[in-house]
Amino acid sequence: MKKLVLTEEETMLADMARGFLDAVAPVSKFREMRDAGQTFDRALWKEMADMGWAGVLVPEDAGGSDMGFAAANVIAQEMGKTLAVSPFLSSAVIAATALKQVSDVRARDALAKIASGDLTYALAVDEGIKFDPEGTEMEARADGNGFRLNGKKQFVVDGALADRLLVLASTENGLTLFDIPSDRAGVERKASNMIDARDAARITFDDVEATGDDVLGAVDSAMDVLKPALQAGQAALAAEMSGLSAGAFGMTVEYLKERKQFGVEIGRFQALQHRAAHLWCEIEVTASAVLNAGRMLDNDPQNAELAVSLAKARATDTAKLAVIEGVQMHGGIGMTDAFDMGFYMKRARVGAEWLGDYSYHAEKVAAARGF
Amino acid sequence: MTVNPTDEFRAELRSWLEENCPPEMRGGAMTEDGICWGGKNWVFTSDAQKLWLDRCAAKGYTVPTWPVDYGGAGLTREQEKVFHEEMAAINARIPLQSFGIWMLGPALLHFGSHEQKLHYLPPIARGEIRWCQGYSEPGAGSDLANVQTRGEDKGDYWLINGQKIWTSYADQADWIFALVRTDKDAPKHKGISFLLCDMEQAGVETRPIKMISGISPFCETFFTDAKIPKEQIVGTENRGWDVAKYLLTHEREMISGGGAGLSGGGRALGAVIADTMDEMDATLRADAMRCEVDALAIGLTLERYKDQSEAGQGAGDASAMLKYMGTELNKQRHELMMSAGGSDALEWDGPLGNRAGDWLRTKANSIEGGTSEVMLSIVSRRVLGLPA
Repeated sequence: MKKLVLTEEETMLADMARGFLDAVAPVSKFREMRDAGQTFDRALWKEMADMGWAGVLVPEDAGGSDMGFAAANVIAQEMGKTLAVSPFLSSAVIAATALKQVSDVRARDALAKIASGDLTYALAVDEGIKFDPEGTEMEARADGNGFRLNGKKQFVVDGALADRLLVLASTENGLTLFDIPSDRAGVERKASNMIDARDAARITFDDVEATGDDVLGAVDSAMDVLKPALQAGQAALAAEMSGLSAGAFGMTVEYLKERKQFGVEIGRFQALQHRAAHLWCEIEVTASAVLNAGRMLDNDPQNAELAVSLAKARATDTAKLAVIEGVQMHGGIGMTDAFDMGFYMKRARVGAEWLGDYSYHAEKVAAARGF
Repeated sequence: MTVNPTDEFRAELRSWLEENCPPEMRGGAMTEDGICWGGKNWVFTSDAQKLWLDRCAAKGYTVPTWPVDYGGAGLTREQEKVFHEEMAAINARIPLQSFGIWMLGPALLHFGSHEQKLHYLPPIARGEIRWCQGYSEPGAGSDLANVQTRGEDKGDYWLINGQKIWTSYADQADWIFALVRTDKDAPKHKGISFLLCDMEQAGVETRPIKMISGISPFCETFFTDAKIPKEQIVGTENRGWDVAKYLLTHEREMISGGGAGLSGGGRALGAVIADTMDEMDATLRADAMRCEVDALAIGLTLERYKDQSEAGQGAGDASAMLKYMGTELNKQRHELMMSAGGSDALEWDGPLGNRAGDWLRTKANSIEGGTSEVMLSIVSRRVLGLPA
């Protein structure tokens, strides 16, 4: 078991990512995109691909850098600090992990295109207001040698602009994961106007044709492929939210040191000191759970479920506290759109719901711990 | 192919434990004296308890990471992990627990002279001498450095007068390590010395304090013209605060990990509750889940800081964070245990044993060794750099 310390390579990766993101994707970049109604910057994603990020989980023989899940988490964490917008989680983490479970030429080609930044994916799972993959009802009816997909998905993150969709649907004896182009006949995508100003869509499937070749993995066995992908995504999202918490917290502590009221810096008030210190403690504890999730996915993926759910549950809770305190300690200015803290709050809320909320993951922890 | 040295150690240890750990010492201790505290006053609860202590002491396993010369087994951090895993695998009780192991030992290893280490550490490792801590005073709680117990320089000894409070198990202890003001004119942190005192001598008296939990683990200890020879100082004269602070970080780590089962191997709170409850109501279950999530994450943080400090990255003021988070969690855990116990838990000697006593005891966790508020102030100043 690798230790719960960042390796030299991981520390270097984090430093490089920080330098790069501060230069090309600071929060002001997110604000520009938000103001322009832009949810995807292909040129920026290409630059990230050139850094090896899009291929962080792609095998080297398919053009990836194959650095592993802990490394992917390091990148996600740094992106979270400045709210960098990219299809990193959907394409480089979730889709790449799903495709890696399948060893055919088509999957290999897709992985190569993900690594180069030329192909993006979105995962279409949710049908109701909560994450519940096992409860998927959307039907993929057998039709000749293929299938007909009918139904609706919502909260498909990166779904309005992605080139391809991973669609979870119900087949005769279980669930099946389909990998189809997003412009296939019968697929209707409606971009959702999300509070975090990022890409998400509601998608309607109206008698969409899918062949046996469109099935990723085996029919009726979606979870063999999807489960590792979900876990990778949940861990990376936890990492992003852990970074988001640190980003919001950093702004808040700086403000406590400079803002004066009653003639002194407000950071002199013990009421605020103790709340800030408590928040730091929560952030530190969550960072341990996130690091552990990456280590487990890299070293013992069969038994990583507890670690992943622990990380996502903790990260959700901590990010919530970080942004609530962030706004409160900034006072009125924290409530204004001109100030960045609101961006952190809105992203934290979206991250809380995506891929399973606190209750979903706490239940997983409880089940793994015997109650 | 190379053999992983840890695997070799594991195999050896496993067969040693199998042969040497008495069956009575496997399985959790049901009462407080189920785990040996050692010392001259200790009454072994069984022959097996004594046998287990003696066998472990002979191997250095009462203090596995201490150097062999001082009574330990000289284990590395990796080996220590293996040691705890293998002990947990057969549910073996720790052979000995004491403030000598947790607190004084680490301080002596860091600040003591070679002679002091040779003199004081092996009897701790063998469970022969039991130590207690003389830090707090009636006027020095959170303001710990406000020590008023005086040590008057009499040439080859100090003459000690004053009062200590919250001296845990002082009535059972053989020796006390105490903070004493040896320079009353210096600023408050600069005139304190860290002294070691035999409690059997004239002028040292101790009196138990009855606590809300119904038991008396804490005492008051009075010094009236007690004599402490000059060689019984740890570190430099008037620089005892450095020793005290170092020791406090160990105390905080001990308290943060204690009770909440954070060091791995412990059962989930929800599973413990499920033993005695047919069906948990939704609110209790939700609270237990949250408690479990936090316990696991804090446990990982303990591991992370140990790994960091072994990697030379230093844990800084992390002990304050761990103490704060660990003790607040433990209090919450015992609140839920009480809730799960319902009216059964309200009887001192009811069907659930001493659950109420344990619950009340945990309320001291966030006070002893530095209050939660002091821990937050430490984080605020030293980690966040907020102005005082």
